[in-house]
Amino acid sequence: MSLLDLITIAIIVFVLFNGILTAVLGVIWAERKALARLQQRVGPSRTGPSGILQTAADAIKLMLKEDVRPGSVNVVIFYLAPLLIFTPIFMLWMVLPFGPDWVLSDLGIGLFYIVAILGLSVVGHVLAGWASNNKYALLGSARNAAQLISYELPLVFAVLAVGLLAQTATDRPFSLAGIVEAQGSVPYLVIMPLGFILFLVGALAETARIPFDIPHAEEEIVGGAFVEYSGIRWGVFFLTEYAGLATMAFLATILFLGGWTGPFSDQVPILQPFYLLVKMAAIILIVFWIRAPLPRLRIDQLMAFAWKLAIPASLVNLLVVATIVWVQHQNGWELWVTSVTISVVSIVLAVATGIFIQRRREQRLRQFRQRWAQ
Amino acid sequence: MATDTGLSANIVRDPVTEQAELSINMGPQHPATHGVFRMVLTLDGERVVDVYPHIGYLHRGSERLAEGENFQQITTLFDRLDYVANFNNEWVYVRAVEKAMGVEVPERADYIRLILSELNRIASHLLFYGTYGLDTGAMNPVMIGFRDRERIQQIFEGVTGARMMHNYFRIGGVKEDLPDGFVPAVRALLDQLKVGYEEARGTLTESEIFIERTAGIGAIPPEDLLDYGVTGPLLRAGGIDYDIRKADPYSVYEELDFRVPTGQTGDCYDRYMVRMLEIEQSISIVAQALDRLPDGPVMGRVPRILRPPEGDVYVHGENPRGDLGVYLVSSGGTVQPYRLKIRGPSFCNLMALPAMIRGSYLADATVILGSMDIVLGEVDR
Repeated sequence: MSLLDLITIAIIVFVLFNGILTAVLGVIWAERKALARLQQRVGPSRTGPSGILQTAADAIKLMLKEDVRPGSVNVVIFYLAPLLIFTPIFMLWMVLPFGPDWVLSDLGIGLFYIVAILGLSVVGHVLAGWASNNKYALLGSARNAAQLISYELPLVFAVLAVGLLAQTATDRPFSLAGIVEAQGSVPYLVIMPLGFILFLVGALAETARIPFDIPHAEEEIVGGAFVEYSGIRWGVFFLTEYAGLATMAFLATILFLGGWTGPFSDQVPILQPFYLLVKMAAIILIVFWIRAPLPRLRIDQLMAFAWKLAIPASLVNLLVVATIVWVQHQNGWELWVTSVTISVVSIVLAVATGIFIQRRREQRLRQFRQRWAQ
Repeated sequence: MATDTGLSANIVRDPVTEQAELSINMGPQHPATHGVFRMVLTLDGERVVDVYPHIGYLHRGSERLAEGENFQQITTLFDRLDYVANFNNEWVYVRAVEKAMGVEVPERADYIRLILSELNRIASHLLFYGTYGLDTGAMNPVMIGFRDRERIQQIFEGVTGARMMHNYFRIGGVKEDLPDGFVPAVRALLDQLKVGYEEARGTLTESEIFIERTAGIGAIPPEDLLDYGVTGPLLRAGGIDYDIRKADPYSVYEELDFRVPTGQTGDCYDRYMVRMLEIEQSISIVAQALDRLPDGPVMGRVPRILRPPEGDVYVHGENPRGDLGVYLVSSGGTVQPYRLKIRGPSFCNLMALPAMIRGSYLADATVILGSMDIVLGEVDR
């Protein structure tokens, strides 16, 4: 590798890193603005046009703040933990493709790389909670570990199903670019809606968003693992959370929404990143939308949901896809036959699950309505 | 101690079972303690084994201060007790002095007091609705609740000039007559409140997660509620139909048509529902009172210097949080009370907190505390 290559890579990484950070500031601003609109408020409006510079101002404020370290913390781990949380999220962006050739490193096992790196951030959370020598932080990190480990499973199973599906149409089924190519013009959202829903639920839990924001429930454990951090160290945690959200949205776009493909994306390559960002923004907005009205689950309810519903459902999803793909291999079906079969089964499954949940909900509500219809 | 994380020092280990328990301090600076309440929880994992409430961080000595104030001045102290239901507090106090002195209140003044107090009850319950949403983790309710509460407070501002510390009820009547356009403004407000009430149904009342979080949480048997001296929505949620407006009617409540909502199980959801239905009832009470609002003076014949005869009176009224009682002792011939004892509903309700929280999850602890809807200004007085 020549010096020129190294410099090129350094420049790309620098641009990517700062681009992500800036984009994350934008995501935070967008959340505040979207939430405000959903709640009949105005949101940030003073700093720059529509308050768009508000988060930048907040970040500057955090950087200038005193970095307070309580006397009783374990110094090394306390300072190491933010880095351990911060780094994995940015490591993920190494394999995330913005277009067919717009990727730092198109790993053949990109999917597994992502699954592996995603699990790393738990370590940082647990260390932060332990090193802080604060009971709220300890509880928060314990909750975080339990939650992330539980929701890793449905997430991974949903991702694996995508890999299996991609294998029917491409010879690089575990590379992210390969998955996008395999989807062609029909995104996997249509073929595997159940997988998409499971992925979204898992992503919400992984990023600890409402209704799964139990690890830092402000009303119970006042911020969880980050409670003793201040200044830019706290800011790093905060930024990482939103970077995680952006990453998850990016992944959902790649895996289920057809990535950069869209009308005329082949003829006009410049449209490709644009399509990608639009789809990503749509997912992020859905997450904001979910946040506004919903209360938070309790930790045991969260676990029950994971182990009783999400994991079995994701296993069924994986099983269905695997079986149909296997049958295709045996019988040499056309690709579209496989896709349609999986699509039909998955839609039926998703609708059946939906009806089941809705039934239970209606039953429960009817009880309460009767009790109060005086 | 510098680098060693001294967590082990905080863990209480049972000498026999070797089971470790974590003692955790919640408050007085904690987002879910509704002011400066503090409780020390003993946790076994996420389970709460025991809870010790600590109060007194907002103690101002209201009862002692009252002994040094003229009877007219004491109203301001009552404004600052339960600072989200100011009119209801003032009302109980002025009724106590009126009873001690045998003062007749003009009918119009009585109706004005009733309308403002019931509006204040709605405002207080809306605040509960909002903060309870926050306690369970939802963000929208607080915006809806505060929006509607703000509308009510604008009406109050128009009447009294103040948003919270009104000092508007006087012994023998009210400070001055209602401003022009009060009645149509309140009627419009009631319509807006009904819309907000429907929005509340969608955000919390029928939200599945909210039901999961509150139903079956924090219930204790009705007999225990009575033993602890719990009153207000907490008691009614347990199925006991006790509302002073019905049980010991005062003012013109007997002439108005309303019902007292009660729950069955006494869990947090029932408490929430009782308050929501009380909003509905209060809207109807205000509408009826507006229809009947008579003309006439707003201030009765009261001497300039108040000297109640020797003796004592006890007067209580239904506050949004329960039974607020005032025990007033006058030594006769003085312009200041000899002794003023306040029975605060939040304070008495709080006594049942450990029994409600024990054995639940840590996350439930804040939900249960939120469902009690305490106001520390009145707990600590």
